[in-house]
Amino acid sequence: MIELVSESRCIACNLCVSVCPTNVFDPVPDAAPQIARQSDCQTCYLCEVYCPVDALFVAPYADQSIEVDEATLVQTGLMGSYRQHLGWGKGRTPAAQREESAKFFNYEP
Amino acid sequence: MSIHTATKTTSTGEPGLTLETEVLVIGGGPAGTWAAWSAAQQGAKVILVDKGYCGTSGATAAAGTTVWYVADPDDREAELHQRELKGGYLSDRGWMERVLDQTRINLHRLADWGYPFSRDATGAPYLPSLHQGPEYMRLMRKQVKKAGVTILDHSPALELLLDSEGRVAGANGVSRQLGRRWTIRAGAVILASGGCAFLSKTLGCNVLTGDGYLMAAEAGAHLSGMEFSNVYGLSPAFATVTKGAYYRYATFTTEDGSVVEPGDRRTIARILVKQQPVYARIDKASPEEQQWMRTIQHNFFLPFERLGLDPFTQRFPVTLRLEGTVRGSGGLRVIDQTCATSVPGLYAAGDAASRELICGGASGGGSPNAAWASASGCWSGAAAATFARQLGAGIHHRSLQPAGQTALRVGNQNPINPAEMIQAVQDEVLPYDRNLFRTEQGLSASLERLHTLWDYLRHQTVASFDRAVQAREVAAMVATARWMYATALERKESRGMHQHEDYPDLDDNYQYRLLSGGLDRVWVQPEQAVSNREFVKL
Repeated sequence: MIELVSESRCIACNLCVSVCPTNVFDPVPDAAPQIARQSDCQTCYLCEVYCPVDALFVAPYADQSIEVDEATLVQTGLMGSYRQHLGWGKGRTPAAQREESAKFFNYEP
Repeated sequence: MSIHTATKTTSTGEPGLTLETEVLVIGGGPAGTWAAWSAAQQGAKVILVDKGYCGTSGATAAAGTTVWYVADPDDREAELHQRELKGGYLSDRGWMERVLDQTRINLHRLADWGYPFSRDATGAPYLPSLHQGPEYMRLMRKQVKKAGVTILDHSPALELLLDSEGRVAGANGVSRQLGRRWTIRAGAVILASGGCAFLSKTLGCNVLTGDGYLMAAEAGAHLSGMEFSNVYGLSPAFATVTKGAYYRYATFTTEDGSVVEPGDRRTIARILVKQQPVYARIDKASPEEQQWMRTIQHNFFLPFERLGLDPFTQRFPVTLRLEGTVRGSGGLRVIDQTCATSVPGLYAAGDAASRELICGGASGGGSPNAAWASASGCWSGAAAATFARQLGAGIHHRSLQPAGQTALRVGNQNPINPAEMIQAVQDEVLPYDRNLFRTEQGLSASLERLHTLWDYLRHQTVASFDRAVQAREVAAMVATARWMYATALERKESRGMHQHEDYPDLDDNYQYRLLSGGLDRVWVQPEQAVSNREFVKL
């Protein structure tokens, strides 16, 4: 579930407040949104995909909240990793285009 | 006091919003967006409301899918035959054909709109992969807006509105981020609200609580195939990612390392049900296949990446999460090729509708459901636009009554405790020994408790209309579970995903679909009995 909104990275655009399908965040005037309803998080990672500055981190655990350390997450390259895999963001190639689906699904045209 | 007599001001003091439209679409996943786009193409004024955010809401955005597509016409016969066999011959050849045809058209549309399909060996776009769910649904939102559709995000519908002739003519709901209620008067309504996965945290499905089934049943609509509602998806035990395709390459083991044979979901569940762990390692994929896999389902690898675990070489514990009617095939019964329900003015698309027509009793998970969503969306959208237009100038001069009954009564006495009720319904539907390994005794006992739960809910109140969302989700889940088990009890055989411990064989005498409905009194009938009555009424 969602564990981190990085105060230092967040630009308070509130996109995560809008796109979270289960309405987990609350906006805070001139500040980073608050994780207001963490237990409603369905661990779908979509907030991360939309965050333009990689300020969010969703831990893979569905049912338990864990401690995370921002510096470690940055160091291990996990902040924004899903967005990077999907090729969202400036100068990146969309993942759809890079799929090897035809090969994997053994498709013969 | 009933909310139905309330003025348009909510308890929070915010004024309510009243809008008029020709077509109202409830739900903004693939089915809802295709429906809204299609209605707008007919020149209709369209509003789409989503419980969450159109673009991230629902199973597809989070999970991604393959799409049912048969490139070579010569392969079609074999594909249809295989699906029919798997689904216990409850599907319909004509519907299968038209879904495949419409899906092909829609996939080409997506290519035209700019979905960045990968290429096959000849350089042509490889159309059956919509694995990048966020990309697909972002594009659909864009297309819907471009078509002139008004989108209300975070605006769950709570109940339908009926005119004096019993036609569906709009809905009431709330915009939860604004804390205000809305009323939308419409010529026709399309339910594209998804299936019901009972808040099991299967990927992207916690917005899918059967809300549309409840609203439709309150308006008098029928359901079909609700016994086909017990698909469970494999996921790492700690995570939500129920992407099953890569487990074809897995070896499953028990605690002591002995191999689980066969490594199918039922065998795995038989071990999990004894509170013993089962582990998977994706060790049968060649290095080349592993490389390809990593380019397709990025969400599959996320939980492992975040734990520093290599699923190709290290074993990890797995679980089975209930996917209910999302990957099952039960849902609202459509009565004709336009995806109309039995209630005039109400249409059903995507997982809100029964997919027995193309899958029978088998799972439509992944590809057929994705095809169905776009095809049924297109058809219902066009038909709803026509229905609305035929109402003429009187469309917004009708006197409307709300159809909602349960978990909408405002008051301070007996307030609903959602957490408690969610646990109570999950206790009946999540356990493998109740829902997967079905027995007459188990189903009957669960159904009794669910009926009691419903009776209890009927007398509960909510603090205010704009706080009713969770209470309505609970009511929808209880209602859905009752239709599921009441129908499962009537099918005294094993067919498709409905495997009955007491009746382990397929019985030719049961080769028909089962309809269900009703709220305070649940009913189940063979489709033929209901169709005959409808025919006599004509």
